[in-house]
Amino acid sequence: MRPINVTITKIVEESPSTRTFFFDKSFDSAKPGQFVMAWIRGVDEIPMTLPYNNAITVQKVGDATSALFDLDVGDSIGIRGPFGNGFTLPQKNENILLIAGGVGSAPLVPLAEYGMRAGSDVTTILGARSADELIFADRFRAAGVLHITTDDGSEGRGGFVTDVLNEIDISEYDRICTCGPEIMMARVFGILHDAGAHGQAEFSLHRYFKCGIGVCGACCMDPHGLRVCKDGPVFNGELLVDSEFGEYKRGGSGVRV
Amino acid sequence: MITLTGLKLKNPTILAAGIMGTTGASLVRMANEGAGAVVTKSIGAEPKEGHPNPSMIQLECGFLNAMGLPNPSYDGFLQELEFAKNGSSVPVIASIFGGDADEFLRVAEGLSPAKPDAFELNVSCPHAEGYGAMIGTDPYVVEEITRAVCDSVDVPVWVKLTPNVTDIVAIGEAAERGGADGVVAINTVRAMAIDIATGYPILGNRFGGLSGSAIRPIAVKCVYDLYAALDIPVIGVGGVSGWQDAVEMIMAGASAVQIGSAVSGGVGVFGTIADGIDKYLDENGYTGVEGIIGLAHEVI
Repeated sequence: MRPINVTITKIVEESPSTRTFFFDKSFDSAKPGQFVMAWIRGVDEIPMTLPYNNAITVQKVGDATSALFDLDVGDSIGIRGPFGNGFTLPQKNENILLIAGGVGSAPLVPLAEYGMRAGSDVTTILGARSADELIFADRFRAAGVLHITTDDGSEGRGGFVTDVLNEIDISEYDRICTCGPEIMMARVFGILHDAGAHGQAEFSLHRYFKCGIGVCGACCMDPHGLRVCKDGPVFNGELLVDSEFGEYKRGGSGVRV
Repeated sequence: MITLTGLKLKNPTILAAGIMGTTGASLVRMANEGAGAVVTKSIGAEPKEGHPNPSMIQLECGFLNAMGLPNPSYDGFLQELEFAKNGSSVPVIASIFGGDADEFLRVAEGLSPAKPDAFELNVSCPHAEGYGAMIGTDPYVVEEITRAVCDSVDVPVWVKLTPNVTDIVAIGEAAERGGADGVVAINTVRAMAIDIATGYPILGNRFGGLSGSAIRPIAVKCVYDLYAALDIPVIGVGGVSGWQDAVEMIMAGASAVQIGSAVSGGVGVFGTIADGIDKYLDENGYTGVEGIIGLAHEVI
């Protein structure tokens, strides 16, 4: 597909470094955890997940995201997608645990709301560096039980999401879905793997995408050559055992970083 | 089993360069999915990030790309090539590029410790300044580069040709004179797409190359002409996504086919096409694929 032109209708500042950009078009076929390629014309095109069917939440981290932050209501960008595989959708009476770190809450919050509507019990552990970096806390709270952690203790429990995970009974949950910095997800994976629960867990991964449609191979992971853009970006923990996950990834040239 | 430029292939489907070829693991995966051989991403002398995104989009009629030859350099790619060689039982062909014969040689020699089964010289990328088609449109340069690499390596050398020339046969003949063991035709066809909401060219590089079904008739004609003119094998590539396409390409004169963009429809495409070719040969009383290579030249 060619990029679809969307006009920015509203910009919400979620945290000092993070904004949500709402569009005039809604991608209603998107499943939580799928992504779109957001084209900032003349700059770059980057993968983004959808916290609403008509919005992307962006953390300012590089050239493309900085260029996006320079845009105003009325400006337009191009969107391709939704692409890839999202999270398994919660069913009635299922007990679901979500673990979100920073802007990783973006693909999980529509999952929480889907779960609530479907009649599942949703518990979220939401972590951030500090209180003002907590994103979508109100939406998670409205969808079920919410545990908050901040690195600096400015809100909720001081520490990491894994501190809460270590204290809860993992066996109570039918499924555990997580998205956040890879170092956080790798620690979550470690805890779940030790508990033998990694096969019930789904991880939303980030890699450098070029084509976004499963052809070029730039985002392939070791050792099975799984494409994050097409076979993922959400993977069952079973597929990540003894993989590059948490160890290394490849940059734009393909060199390991 | 077929023999192609001295290499043994379990079937005539080959993963094309630039597709699922950045990592050793993805090359092994394509081999496991049924590819008779795999070609790596094109590798150069220095690490290259490539063009900014969008670098590939799907159009109504095919795929448009301008990746810009991203690669980790031969030094960075050695471990990937070793992984591919150790992990797969099919021939692994290293695609290489350079700005001149010396740079091609440096890359070929740099990758040789990983023992690629053959080299494919990329003199046909349509959108990288100073590389690819910038040199692949000049028969003298193609002959010189081919000769330099053939003289220095002891494995087969294939030369991948660009269709963006007046006469592809002249370039194919130059490769043959230079000592190439086979030619691969075709690379992508120069193309662009424009975003009508704003007038922006969609690709980060503005223009690029078209692949997919739209270019198959172009590839069939190029393969047909090369087969008629050359003594070395022609490997057909361009828009093959089903066994019928592969059979057509072989009848035009291809000894084997490469498959690229079609992996977007599923990585099982190699096995599906190989099985389809076998079934076609069986049903039509051929004992092997050689029975139909160049058939289109014989029937009229």
